[in-house]
Amino acid sequence: MNLTVVLESALAVLVLGAAVWTIAARSAFAAAVGFVSYGLLLSLVWVQLAAVDVALTEAAIGSGLTGVLLLGAVATLRRTEAHTLRRPGRALRVTAAVCCALISAALAVVVLTLPESGPTLAPEAMAALPATGVGNPVTGVLMAFRGFDTLLEKVVLVLALVGVWSLAPDRCWDGRPGLEHRLPADGVLPFFARTLPPFGVLLGIHLMWTGADNPGGAFQGGTVLAAMWLLVMMAGVRDAPAIREQWVRLALVSGPVVFLAVGLAGMLTAGAFLAYPVAIAKPLILLIEVPMLLTIALALGLLVAGPPERAADAP
Amino acid sequence: MSALLDLFTAVSVLTGAVFFLAGVVGLLRFPDTLSRLHALTKADNVGLGLIVIGLLPQAGSVFAALKLLLVWLLVLLAASTVGQMMARVARRAEPPQ
Repeated sequence: MNLTVVLESALAVLVLGAAVWTIAARSAFAAAVGFVSYGLLLSLVWVQLAAVDVALTEAAIGSGLTGVLLLGAVATLRRTEAHTLRRPGRALRVTAAVCCALISAALAVVVLTLPESGPTLAPEAMAALPATGVGNPVTGVLMAFRGFDTLLEKVVLVLALVGVWSLAPDRCWDGRPGLEHRLPADGVLPFFARTLPPFGVLLGIHLMWTGADNPGGAFQGGTVLAAMWLLVMMAGVRDAPAIREQWVRLALVSGPVVFLAVGLAGMLTAGAFLAYPVAIAKPLILLIEVPMLLTIALALGLLVAGPPERAADAP
Repeated sequence: MSALLDLFTAVSVLTGAVFFLAGVVGLLRFPDTLSRLHALTKADNVGLGLIVIGLLPQAGSVFAALKLLLVWLLVLLAASTVGQMMARVARRAEPPQ
């Protein structure tokens, strides 16, 4: 047995262990922490499978951002958790166990009966990749071959944010999200929030830029930018903007709008919606990715910041 | 010369790994939050530092070596900030006797 097999088996056991622990944990906080470590371990699995793009996304979104959202939910639910810790009745537990077992069995059957090599479009995608001007096949698929999915994904992101905003009480509507974070200006966290963002912003833009030829892309880069922004807001270095600000709304829709405009222009210049003229495919993809980075960073940051809880004119 | 550098790498990385092992043992065995944090931050600072120093001769280029050093410095910054904040919460939750 060689070393890789040992490492991979250990990783698989760790992932399964973290998953079971997350489900079995009694308190919501412990479950959220378990979920974050589960996501980080899972991203190591993706690296092991040579899917670095997926690993980056898993670490940034699946573990990092979702983790912050879950921890926020735990903090909100803490008041009610004491009531829900009562053990449910036997009938309910047996029903839940039977349902879970059935779903697991069905999934296992499906996975085990999958054909050895499924139908794939990968060779065609690789053959057509030079026409897009990008070198990373994942970026090629996301931005050119399956551009429609990526466009809808950005629209969904903005819609999700509108959904969160609609939870605001009437008097705070169009106000500032979340609670105000006031910390002593010479504290540890404000120092951290002033030191790290220059590196983080550089890394976020680099991830987007290098995504053309290496693992990375607008989503991973945007998540890093959102994390830096959240750090600045949570440390109280800069307050969250009121959601009625014109620049917030313009930046939020800029990604989908530019994508849609380029897509519509494709009907005239390249003969199909979301098609690019081959000669300028690469510059067009960049033109779409820059506002998309902005939209993703802003939408993710504001999603975590939560619905407006302070009136816009409050200090 | 290269054998000597490889030996240096092996010794330094292994020493770093020992610090990480000690940090984990401390995390599992120490009685209260502050001592557990104490054990854990040593692993982060010294353990990762030794591993990075050990990897420097294998980096291949000056640029890659600088990247490794930067990673270490950023982890130091993040780990010490998080350590401080956890210690503050712990003090509030379980005041020292």
